[in-house]
Amino acid sequence: MKKSMVQRQVLAAAALLVGMGAALAQDATATGIAQYREMLQDGNPAELFEMKGEKLWTQNRGPKNATLEKCDFGKGPGVLKGAFVELPRYFADTGRVQDLESRLITCMETLQGYKAEDLYKAAANYGKGESANMVAITTYVVTASKGMDFALPQGNEKEKTMYEVGKRLFFARSGPHDFACSTCHGVDGQRIRLQELPNLTKNPGDGVGFAAWPAYRVSNGQLWTMQKRLNDCYRQQRFPEPKFGSDATIALAVYMGVNSKSAESIVPAIKR
Amino acid sequence: MADPMRIRAALAGDETTVRVLMAHIMETGIRKDASGALIPAHFIQDVEATHNGKSVLKTMWSGAVSQNPFLSFKFKGAAKGDKVVVKWVDNKGDSRTDEVTIA
Repeated sequence: MKKSMVQRQVLAAAALLVGMGAALAQDATATGIAQYREMLQDGNPAELFEMKGEKLWTQNRGPKNATLEKCDFGKGPGVLKGAFVELPRYFADTGRVQDLESRLITCMETLQGYKAEDLYKAAANYGKGESANMVAITTYVVTASKGMDFALPQGNEKEKTMYEVGKRLFFARSGPHDFACSTCHGVDGQRIRLQELPNLTKNPGDGVGFAAWPAYRVSNGQLWTMQKRLNDCYRQQRFPEPKFGSDATIALAVYMGVNSKSAESIVPAIKR
Repeated sequence: MADPMRIRAALAGDETTVRVLMAHIMETGIRKDASGALIPAHFIQDVEATHNGKSVLKTMWSGAVSQNPFLSFKFKGAAKGDKVVVKWVDNKGDSRTDEVTIA
């Protein structure tokens, strides 16, 4: 009697497992990637970039031999906490909407005397030479906003226009494959190979999509800023290479950033 | 001297956990550049951690260890406030030494 009861329980359990098998297989991949990411969190090499950026922030550099400590990222000179999660935004002194990286070039020009066109040229050679310094400083500045929610301002007319421009660019199909950002990121639940593609036409959640960059990519040992991320998205679509800090890239950042309102930023993140 | 390491050390019970993040290119020597030439090997070979002058960890690494290596290890016999010194030496003879206070 005891034996047959056990046998029935085993059969029932087996039937349950077979039914769950299909669902488990899909979850197993997602769980596996989540576990891998958690293991990577400890000792994120982005911290090395942050340390280097902190040193550069207070270092006297450039023709004017000055530091960047008075740089205004929108919350006042030298105020770093919360600045990143309100970018891109309109700046009265330059009369345009700028993201973190183009604003950094503005500061390096006005405070330290560098020539903006030289810095833009250097930035195109990503991660090397002066670009490496800018990436490090960018990492340092964004880390001050780690864990904060996105709150991009949309009060200024130019900010609103950039949002609309970004939206048009997001859905504009072009290039040899007739791709647009929306091709991959326009609907829920899409995936390319094993990479989940967040829907960027709305808030995809804390630490996802726009809220996950800048990030350190383990696969190529580089820290990627938003400009680099957008540059590579265009490369993947086989579009022409966008100019560093161009209005097009800033407009896209405004669109995604405003859509991510109240999503928590996990910068600097780590990716595989 | 090379770029600084980020080291953290925490005491829990009688065990100290030390977590080290090192900045190093860790070039294997097998990779080729755009022109097809081999990129010379450049990686950390020896890492040593000492506590109060006594060696608590010694490693021998190869190009198999990835870029910007993260090392985590535990040892017993330390107290809060003690210093742990970590030193690495690479195959080109470059080295870096940093220390941390156990929290």
